[in-house]
Amino acid sequence: MKNAIDVNDLRKSFGSTKALDGLDLTVAAGEVHGFLGPNGAGKSTTIRVLLGLLRADGGRVNLLGGDPWRDAASLHRRLAYVPGDVNLWPNLSGGEVIDLLGRLRGGIDQRRRDELVERFDLDPKKKGRTYSKGNRQKVAIVAALASDVELLIMDEPTSGLDPLMEATFQQTVQEVREQGRTVLLSSHILAEVEALCDRVSIIRNGRTVETGTLADLRHLTRTSISAELAGHPNGLTSLEHVHDLKVDGNKVRFDVETDSLDEALRMLTSIGVRNLTSQPPTLEELFLRHYTETEIGSAS
Amino acid sequence: MTATLERPGSAHTRQQAGHLVGTRHLVRLALRRDRIVLPVWIVVIGMLASAGAGSYEAIYPTQAERDALTASMGSNPSLTLLYGPAFDLSTAGGFTAWRFGAFLALFTALACIFTVTRHTRQEEDTGRHELLASAVVGRYAALTAGVLVAGLGALATGVLITVSLAGVGMPVAGSVALGAGTALTGFAFTGVAAIAAQISEYSRGANGIAAAVLGATFLLRAVGDAAADASWLSWLSPFGWATQVRAFADERWWVLGLLVLAALVTGLVGYLLLPRRDVGMGLIQAKPGPARAAHGLRSPFALAWRLHRGALLGWIIGFAVFGALFGSLAAGVGDVIGDSAEAQEMFARLGGSQSMVDAFLASMAGIMAMIASLYVVQATVRMRSEETALRVEPLLATSVSRLSWAASHLVFPLLGSAALLAVAGFATGLLHGLRVDDLGGQLPAVLGAAMAQLPAVWVVAGAATALFGLLPKLATAAWAVAAVFLLISMFGPIANAGQLVLDLSPFQHIPKLPSAEFTATPLVWLSALALVLLGIGLAGFRRRDIG
Ligand SMILES: Nc1ncnc2c1ncn2[C@@H]1O[C@H](COP(=O)(O)OP(=O)(O)OP(=O)(O)O)[C@@H](O)[C@H]1O
Ligand SMILES: [Mg+2]
Repeated sequence: MKNAIDVNDLRKSFGSTKALDGLDLTVAAGEVHGFLGPNGAGKSTTIRVLLGLLRADGGRVNLLGGDPWRDAASLHRRLAYVPGDVNLWPNLSGGEVIDLLGRLRGGIDQRRRDELVERFDLDPKKKGRTYSKGNRQKVAIVAALASDVELLIMDEPTSGLDPLMEATFQQTVQEVREQGRTVLLSSHILAEVEALCDRVSIIRNGRTVETGTLADLRHLTRTSISAELAGHPNGLTSLEHVHDLKVDGNKVRFDVETDSLDEALRMLTSIGVRNLTSQPPTLEELFLRHYTETEIGSAS
Repeated sequence: MTATLERPGSAHTRQQAGHLVGTRHLVRLALRRDRIVLPVWIVVIGMLASAGAGSYEAIYPTQAERDALTASMGSNPSLTLLYGPAFDLSTAGGFTAWRFGAFLALFTALACIFTVTRHTRQEEDTGRHELLASAVVGRYAALTAGVLVAGLGALATGVLITVSLAGVGMPVAGSVALGAGTALTGFAFTGVAAIAAQISEYSRGANGIAAAVLGATFLLRAVGDAAADASWLSWLSPFGWATQVRAFADERWWVLGLLVLAALVTGLVGYLLLPRRDVGMGLIQAKPGPARAAHGLRSPFALAWRLHRGALLGWIIGFAVFGALFGSLAAGVGDVIGDSAEAQEMFARLGGSQSMVDAFLASMAGIMAMIASLYVVQATVRMRSEETALRVEPLLATSVSRLSWAASHLVFPLLGSAALLAVAGFATGLLHGLRVDDLGGQLPAVLGAAMAQLPAVWVVAGAATALFGLLPKLATAAWAVAAVFLLISMFGPIANAGQLVLDLSPFQHIPKLPSAEFTATPLVWLSALALVLLGIGLAGFRRRDIG
């Protein structure tokens, strides 16, 4: 299948800050792609480049088969954008904003719009700042979801939503996926990412550090094992890919990388296992490691 | 609660002090944010008067010339309409107070209004205030900080006026009176802005309300000073009080008390209103709107119309009133001015020559155009405020192109200014034509004089667009551009500025209709210049990053 988004070696600096420093991102058509990274990693900057709002300093960007800087207006008929900070016009009601944005995108599905307003429990008559932060976001979300477009680009769309609305949001994105549309979803809410995303890209300091399905990523991480053995666990220290080993008499605790799990378990059973618990890595741990790991070796 | 504010006293006073916690930090923050704007307006307004005072001796060296000046200009209702009554034109001080006094007060009042709004309502608009309010900041701290910074600016301006005038050898009493009148008018409008900031929900509205009060009170003074049987109207206006202090003409100090009172009352009302509303909200709350957009709301222009129409309507009303007023008074100019050569020369410098009435109409057309250029800047800079408020990104992420978005907004500075000049020219021409019984001749002539100013106004629009497109962070410097043109044209001739300086202002190149000959050449090249600047601005905007 063709890719909806293809970004290669993207570079963008603001003065002396390198916001993007050789970023790669591939989003296949029809997938929900999670876009993750710590604050200031460059997610919003990437999205702004994809929307033709910022001009890239270098690299190759392909959006829906076109160049987002050159063909901005025509490509924008085929996508909808939910910004991270939603500011509405003081003298326009939420309903007017939804309709206006939909029409400017090239048409809005009235039935779907009304249904979404209902589902998100949005009062479309309020104006500007009389909306709370979450409700302002809902205006942008409804405007985007009501448009009949191939690609949805969302920059932390749910940072202000309550848990009930978060659930509604996840449902609607599932529906979007079932319709075969593509979604690029930047988010700090891991549960949301886990529930929705087919694949994720993790970026840090303007560079992609990991891309793949969540299963792929899990594979790269460690499982925590604690066991009570029949004898003294001598051989474990000699094993590669075992970390944080703690030995207390016949009891052991250690983390092991997924590739060596099999070998480690064989070692344990050879000593004799009385009791064993294993813990798969949580998503938090997974991301935290990617977010905080010290600078990876330079690209050169 | 800060230790410095803690005083032995009732729980109530301590509570009050608590409301002010953090004011010091907010003042420091505001001073930092205004570190360029504040000194600029203090120095420009503060030095204006002494710059003009110096040329008096050069223009009117002999007693005879000064007597002629007094006889002619001092009693000319059209000039008192603009500048206020002349109490003593036989001294440099008296002339300076007359020629600059009302405008020093006007500019200071404007600066105070913008300063208060910027540090109160605008902070709430952007949500920055919430960030601060959640830290240890008392309820009244933001308002107090805004009022203090504006007051400080007005005070510094007043002091600078006093010191600079006394420095060039003017009597100290008069210098103090002029400085005090200016500073206190600033205080009074600081209070007005404090009230406006509570009423309106948005900074744009707050500025609009305060500016409307300013415009209305300036007009009250203008009418009261020009019409002998309605002079009490001037006494309803802070600008009337500022001029009635009679600096350099046997000062009446007690009048300053009225300004002090106005400042105290308006300030107090502002403080009393503040607790009656929620943070981020205004006393006037937005009414709910329609659940669906009207059929027509489907283009960037339709949106721009929604955003600009309120302000444009307000300006049109203001211009209609202004034009009608000038039109009904214009015919009186010729009678009073007589045939004093000095006055004629002076007036020729201002507007043109030959017929005094025509010269007056010509200079009125110029003044309208300069005021219209302020609308032009306001409407153009709107693009930048939309951008920084992040309301442009969602639009440009639809099929709206950058060019069509910018063009939708630029319709307003370009054609809105034409509408303003047309309305003002029409109203002036209509009332003047009716008064002199020559509607058929005067209406087209006066309307034409106003419309001929358009290319100069467009140059301002072009400059503002160029700044927006090429140097977006400096987009608001367009205000400075308009202000410089305005100062050059209003006070340049009086201050004997060199021709090179005068030529900088596009308004100086417009033929002074209806008195002067019509020449199309300057109109053509000014329009071409405006077009080039617009093109540069739009090309820059298409190429640059948004945000
Ligand atoms: N207009 C700008 N001018 C200067 N620096 C900028 C600008 N926009 C972004 N940056 C810088 O670029 C870097 C990336 O910012 P970006 O907003 O893309 O991060 P992000 O991944 O979206 O972060 P968050 O999770 O906080 O939203 C940051 O260091 C930021 O300070
Ligand atoms: Mg971001």
